[in-house]
Amino acid sequence: MIPDDRKYTQEHEWVQVEGDAGVVGVTDHAASELGDIVYVDLPDVGAEFSAGDSVGSIESVKAVADLYIPVSGEIIEINEALDGDPALVNNSPMDDGWMFKVRLADPGELETLLDAAGYEDLLGK
Amino acid sequence: MSQPILPPTVCQRWLGVQQPSLFEKGSLGRRALEMPAWDGGEVAVDLPDEARRAEPADLPDLSEPEVMRHFTLLSNLNHHIERGMYPLGSCTMKYNPRLNEQVAAMPGFSQLHPAQDAGDMQGLLAALKLLEDSLCEVTGFDACSLIPAAGAQGEYLGMMVIRALHEANGDHDRTEILIPDSAHGTNPASVVLMGMKPRTLKSREDGRIDLDELRAAVGPQTAGIMITNPNTLGLFEKDIVEVARIVHEAGGRLYMDGANMNAIMGRARPGDMGFDVVHMNLHKTFSTPHGGGGPGAGPTCVTAELEPFLPGPRIEETDGFFDFVRVPGPGDIAIHAWMGNVGVCLRALAYILRNGGDGLRRVSEMAVLNANYLLKKIQGIMPVDHDDGCLHEFVASGRVFKQQSEVRTLDVAKRLLDFGVHAPTIYFPLIVDEAFMVEPTECETRESLDHFVAALEQIKREAESRPELLQTAPHATPVGRLDEAKAARDPDLRFLGPCNC
Repeated sequence: MIPDDRKYTQEHEWVQVEGDAGVVGVTDHAASELGDIVYVDLPDVGAEFSAGDSVGSIESVKAVADLYIPVSGEIIEINEALDGDPALVNNSPMDDGWMFKVRLADPGELETLLDAAGYEDLLGK
Repeated sequence: MSQPILPPTVCQRWLGVQQPSLFEKGSLGRRALEMPAWDGGEVAVDLPDEARRAEPADLPDLSEPEVMRHFTLLSNLNHHIERGMYPLGSCTMKYNPRLNEQVAAMPGFSQLHPAQDAGDMQGLLAALKLLEDSLCEVTGFDACSLIPAAGAQGEYLGMMVIRALHEANGDHDRTEILIPDSAHGTNPASVVLMGMKPRTLKSREDGRIDLDELRAAVGPQTAGIMITNPNTLGLFEKDIVEVARIVHEAGGRLYMDGANMNAIMGRARPGDMGFDVVHMNLHKTFSTPHGGGGPGAGPTCVTAELEPFLPGPRIEETDGFFDFVRVPGPGDIAIHAWMGNVGVCLRALAYILRNGGDGLRRVSEMAVLNANYLLKKIQGIMPVDHDDGCLHEFVASGRVFKQQSEVRTLDVAKRLLDFGVHAPTIYFPLIVDEAFMVEPTECETRESLDHFVAALEQIKREAESRPELLQTAPHATPVGRLDEAKAARDPDLRFLGPCNC
């Protein structure tokens, strides 16, 4: 079951709205496809990005994958716990393994993202 | 430290007992050889105090047989090309002929010091010049530098000369390098190290460069393009002449990652395709030992236009005398001490001379034939998405195992070790799901190729009947499944004493 309390991207990220911010992580599917994650390179707090920018990377035993930001805005917090324990992303990708919080520059962008049903269709392809 | 006595029941795995290091073996005063006593009195060494040892180095005391046994045992723990097939796609693990070793060990080569007068090393310099000329002939270029110490440094040098050309022309804004998504992972890294910007080009459905995508990407910012031809899917870029025209018209230069020259040697030359620079990995194409972090060689050939930007020293011949020549002025840059890894270069020259032009062509033909033979056989076991005529390697997909029984490509690769076959490259290139990249090389016989196929067929059956056997593989190797995440995240690379404290 794909949780319907958040939005999804084609690149297998999720974003969940928390007040005027969005919490961003990668999906269960992404975490399991990447395999054991050994390092997460997160953006700096205060940096500003546009939707779709590459803001960091996720390194697993298989590969290094780009981390894209689904919505535009300023990074206001990153998940410091991932530095010491990157396996959090494998163990809890949709929850404790979140990556960063972004102040939403344009909440309207959320409408362009996939909902749970849309993301499920994407995985089904 | 005494060796534990092993019960016969574990003899199959006896190699798996953790071996003490050289520092834990031996006994005080043992020696492999005695040096003659020095009777020249006190030697004044001009070293500052902080560079001197306070105490003599704590080196192990061992006899020669102890040392030989130690390293032979370590090599037995390992899988290597002299033990079994090693079809590691993209890496090209081929046999290193003994003749190469004999040539490199000839005293006229091996006993020289690089600081000797050029007059003392005419034979060596002539041999290196002959190798430069041979590589230019194989690739279709005008000049060659043997200095880069590895393929990645060859890439770096390639970017360096292209950048230097644009700078010399006043084109300071040409800093973008286009790289297809089928390229080697080192390509973008070399670009960034050279202070330029990589830009990815998405491949077409058939795995080749998309010309429309390329036309849209080139512009006044384009410094060049890096292309691996044939690419990592083992496919020849059929539109390469058009690619060259588009990039040249936009003012860029073409760099070829020649890692896969072993597929086209004697059949096609990058110089004729419109490339401006190429590097080669001598271990892939010319059978020298794989560097593995040690001495490698990535000679780089360029057009006459780019020759002035090659690093020094260059070897030049005047009236039959070979000499080192430095480039005058600020362009005189060095990328390595002396002439690079000369011993590796000599091995490649031995291979080239032994095979000759016809022999080198046959090397490529056999590499391609072996890959196509395996491709046809493996297609019955797992899908190969891009199969329209592979060259030296191909990429299958292990997704069929995952759909079947939660067995991943990693598990298949690990299980292959139990059959005495090294795993192919897995999860690369990224554009193929559950990638399984096979490169048999020309060194394998039909029998060993068939053994590989039979092993895969058995693994396919096991995936259905006993998936746990695969998920916990390997079982017949000195050590079982390793914790790769810990190895990557928390490496322990230094020996800190017997208690590791």
